[in-house]
Amino acid sequence: MARRDTPEINAGSMADIAFLLLIFFLVTTTMDIDTGISRKLPEKQDPNIKPPILKEKNVFEVNVNRNNQILVEGEIYMDIEDLREAAMKFIDNGGGDAATLKAEGIDPCTWCEGDKDPGSSDHPKKAVISLQSDRGTSYATYIAVQNELVGAYTDLRNRYANKKYGKDFDDLTTIQQDEIKDNIYPQVISEAEPTK
Amino acid sequence: MSTKFKKKKKGTPGISTASLPDIVFMLLFFFMVTTVMRETDLKIKAPKLPQADQVKKLEKKSLVSYIYVGKSKDGKVKGDLIQLNDKISDVSQIQSFIFAERAKHSEAEIPLLTTSIKADMNANVGTITDIKQELREINALKVNYSTRKGSAIDNMKN
Repeated sequence: MARRDTPEINAGSMADIAFLLLIFFLVTTTMDIDTGISRKLPEKQDPNIKPPILKEKNVFEVNVNRNNQILVEGEIYMDIEDLREAAMKFIDNGGGDAATLKAEGIDPCTWCEGDKDPGSSDHPKKAVISLQSDRGTSYATYIAVQNELVGAYTDLRNRYANKKYGKDFDDLTTIQQDEIKDNIYPQVISEAEPTK
Repeated sequence: MSTKFKKKKKGTPGISTASLPDIVFMLLFFFMVTTVMRETDLKIKAPKLPQADQVKKLEKKSLVSYIYVGKSKDGKVKGDLIQLNDKISDVSQIQSFIFAERAKHSEAEIPLLTTSIKADMNANVGTITDIKQELREINALKVNYSTRKGSAIDNMKN
């Protein structure tokens, strides 16, 4: 008779197991909270070295004033929604003359899908985005603008990666990513001293 | 003797679970000890981070030093306050703060050190620029503007 009795499972430790799981999740969820826009600051410049002269057409000027208005190329007030597209159009223009670019050791931009407008940037490698803000600009606006500019590059890189490798940029190997980062769409966002 | 022997063979012996709570507790303590509470006491009003979608995760937490920027808790002080470690500091103290952080790491890790700026949405760019200028002075070039995930365009609507 005693043989038939199945020994009962002790459920007293169930609570402990639940506790352990709870703590495990607590630990893992706080891990990926820290996200943000990563940028690299420029190195300190020797004041005696003159900065390289850039052609006006290769610079995409973005100014943000203290009222958080965005002025693009010194003439158009733009909404933040349109900034990414405008930046993409500028970077992807590729309007440079093939022979002139060759002389400088740059392959002509065969992957550009822009308008090839001679009045806009020559090549993604030469295109510089210059961002200037005011000291009184709100940080939220500043981040939004930075985000849109970085986003313009991300979109272009993704487009190129999808076309060439059929994958998103993030899914490529490091070598492929570096190739795009260095030669296809290098990210050049320069920040000027803010106005007072 | 023989009766004792027979008893043991019959009936499955129950597995003793008496030590299970101890094991679980041990694990619990392990996690409690190893989790580094990075969230230092905020002396400023907790910054409301802006939103962005072009974000990267900060991977090695031990390589990150945090700078908090926000308004004062009681609203008595106008303008932005900067908090380093546990106390409200001045911009000029950032350099020594970074040097102290560097001293905790080996030579090889120093170029990998990242400074995470956790600033309030309504902070002024001027304050952030001052911080960046100080960081440039001492060649701490990797920065991360801490944000929440979301649409950056929503930032502008407040």
